[in-house]
Amino acid sequence: MTTAAATTIKARQRPGDRIFSSATVIAGSVILAMLAAVAIFLLIESLPAFVADPSEFSGDVTNFWSYVGPLVFGTVYSAILALIMAVPVAIGIALFISHFAPRKLAQGLGYLIDLLAAVPSVVFGLWGITVLAPLVQPFYTTLVEWFGWFLPLSGPVSGTGRTILTVSVVLAVMILPIITAICREIFLQTPLLHEEAALALGATRWEMIRMAVLPFGLPGIISASMLGLGRALGETMAVAMVLSPSPEVFFQLLTSQNSNTIAANIALNFPEAHGVGVNILLATGLMLFIVTLLVNMLARVVINSRKAFSGAN
Amino acid sequence: MTSVTEARPLTNSLTAGKLPPRSPLWVLLASWAVAAAFFAMLNLSGAVDGFNVVGTFVFGTVLYCVAIYVLSRLVEGSRKATDRLVTALVTAAFVIALLPLISIIYTTVVNGLPAFLTPTFFTSSQRNVVGAGGGVLHAITGTLLVTGVATLISVPIGLLASIYLVEYGRGRLARAITFFVDVMTGIPSIVAGLFAFALFALLFNDPGIRFGFGGSIALSVLMIPVVVRSSEEMLKLVPNELREAAFALGVPKWLTILKVVLPTSIAGIVTGVMLSIARVIGETAPLLIIAGFTSSMNYDLFSERMMTLPVFVYTQYANQGADSQAYVDRAWAGALTLIVIVMLLNGLARLIAHWFSPKLGR
Repeated sequence: MTTAAATTIKARQRPGDRIFSSATVIAGSVILAMLAAVAIFLLIESLPAFVADPSEFSGDVTNFWSYVGPLVFGTVYSAILALIMAVPVAIGIALFISHFAPRKLAQGLGYLIDLLAAVPSVVFGLWGITVLAPLVQPFYTTLVEWFGWFLPLSGPVSGTGRTILTVSVVLAVMILPIITAICREIFLQTPLLHEEAALALGATRWEMIRMAVLPFGLPGIISASMLGLGRALGETMAVAMVLSPSPEVFFQLLTSQNSNTIAANIALNFPEAHGVGVNILLATGLMLFIVTLLVNMLARVVINSRKAFSGAN
Repeated sequence: MTSVTEARPLTNSLTAGKLPPRSPLWVLLASWAVAAAFFAMLNLSGAVDGFNVVGTFVFGTVLYCVAIYVLSRLVEGSRKATDRLVTALVTAAFVIALLPLISIIYTTVVNGLPAFLTPTFFTSSQRNVVGAGGGVLHAITGTLLVTGVATLISVPIGLLASIYLVEYGRGRLARAITFFVDVMTGIPSIVAGLFAFALFALLFNDPGIRFGFGGSIALSVLMIPVVVRSSEEMLKLVPNELREAAFALGVPKWLTILKVVLPTSIAGIVTGVMLSIARVIGETAPLLIIAGFTSSMNYDLFSERMMTLPVFVYTQYANQGADSQAYVDRAWAGALTLIVIVMLLNGLARLIAHWFSPKLGR
C-alpha cells in the first residue's frame, strides 16, 4: 500500500493561462454585475415615483401604491388562470411524449411543441385579437347566460371577447412549451427499475405512471409550473394587444372591464409618458422584476434540491 | 364411495375479456361519425346554418372518451378502462396543444401573403407612406443591426462565462453564477428594456432617450443567460479523456480549451447561439421601450429611434391610419416575415446540431 502523496503538483502558470482564466472570471462576474445593475438602475429611476405628487396620477388615484395595486392584481390573476389551464395540458403532453407516443416519433413531437415557443409574442397578440377573441365570444355569451350567478362569470358579457380569460388562454398557450419541456425531461429521468417493477406487478400503464412516474416527478412539476408562472407574469405584448383594460380590480372574467397587467400597462403607456410618468412606469417595472425574481429563485431552489435525483434543470 | 364434486369453470383473469386490437380506432371513427350525423341533422333541420366542423371533432372526441371507457369497463374491467381513458386524454392534450400552432401559422400565412408579395415590401421603408404600400426595409435593417450587436456582446461574455463554469469554476462564485444565470432566464423582457432605458437615461441625462444600441443592451441581458446555459451543456459533453490527453502532452490549459475543447463542441455552441438569436429576435417589449419606433431608415445605432420588425408589427396594428386594412395587412406580413426568420434560424440550428454533433460511442 502506498500512502497518497500529500503535495499536489501545481501546473506552471503561463501568461496565456492567467489572461485566459481571468477573462473567464471577468465574464462570469459581468453576468452577476448585470443582474445587480438591473436592480440598482431600476431602483434609482423609480425613487421619484414613490414620492410623486398626487396630481401626477391619472383618475382618482393619489399615490403609487394604489396605482400599482390593481396592476399587481391583474398580473397575478391572469398568470394564475393561465397556469391552471396550462399545467394539466402540459403534464398530459409530457406524458404523451415520454410514455405514450411511439419511441421513434417522440423526439420529433417534442420539437413540434418547442416550435410553439419560437413564435414571437407579438404574433400571439395578433392571433389572440383577430382569431381567438372572435372565436370564443359566442361561447362567453352562453357562459354568462347559464352561469351568470357565479361572480367570476357574471355579465355584462364583452362584445369583443377581449377579456382577461382570453388573455389567460393566450398566456397558457405561450407557457405550455416551457412547462412541457421540463416535465418531459423529469418524466424521462424516472428510474427504469421503478417503472419495470410496477409493470411486473401487473400494473396497467396508467397505474405505473401514477405509482412510479408522478410521485418521482412531483417536485419537478411544481418548479416547472413556477417557471411557467414567471413567464406568464412578465408576458407583455400578447396582453397589451388582446386585453381591453380598466384601472381597477375586477374579478369578472368575461366583461369588457378587466384589470390590466403591469407589463402590458408599461408597454401601452411608455411611448407617450413624460416627466414623473416615466418614473412611475419604471417603478411598476421594478415591482414586476422583484415578483418574477422571487418566483424564479424559489423555482430554481426547488429544482436544485432535487438535482441529485433527477438531473433535470 | 367418493362423491364427485362438480368442477366449477375457472375464470382465468389473464385471458379475460380483451377488446380487439384495432377497436380504439374504430370507436373513434364511429364517435366522429355519430357527432357528424348529429350536426348534419341540426344543419338540415335549419336550427343552425352551416355544418359545425369544430363541434363535430370536439363532441366526437368527448363521445369517444365516454364510449371507450364504458366498452372497456364492460369487457376488460375498471382498471383497464381507466388506462384507456387516460391514454385518450393524454393524446387529446397533445392535439389540443397543436391546434394553436397550426391556427397561428395558417392565419399568419393567409393574412400575411398579400402584402408580403407586394414588390415594395422588402425594398422600401414606411417614410411618407399613408395607406397602402411601403415596406419593412427599415424594420429589417433595424432588427439585423440591433440583434447583430446584441449577439456580438452576448456571445463572448456568455461563452467565456460558460468556459469558466465548466473548466475553472469551483466554489461559491461558480455556484452563484449558475444559480443567477438560471434566474436571469426568467427575467421578463420588458424589465430588460426598462433597465436599458434607466441606464442610458441616467448616463446621458436624457429622460426621453431612444436609440438602437440601448435595444442591443436590453436584448443581450435576455440573451446572455441562454448562451451560457446552452454552451455549458455542450462543453460538459466533451469527454474528459480529450482534455487529459492534451494535458499529458504538455499543452497548457488555455490552449487545451481553445484548440481541443472548443473545436469539439463548436457545432453545439453554434446551435445554442442560433437558438438564442431566434429567441430574442422576436422580442417586442424591450425594443418598444428603448429603441422606439419610426417610419424612416436609420443605420446609426447610436442616435435617433430605430424601427425593428416586431415593433413594426405592433405599431402597424396599434396605430392604424385611415385605410386601416392596409395597416393590418402590413402587420400580418411583418408577422409572417418574423415567423419565417425564426423558423429558419430554428431549423438551421437543429440541422447544424444534427450534422456536426460529435459522434459519441453510443
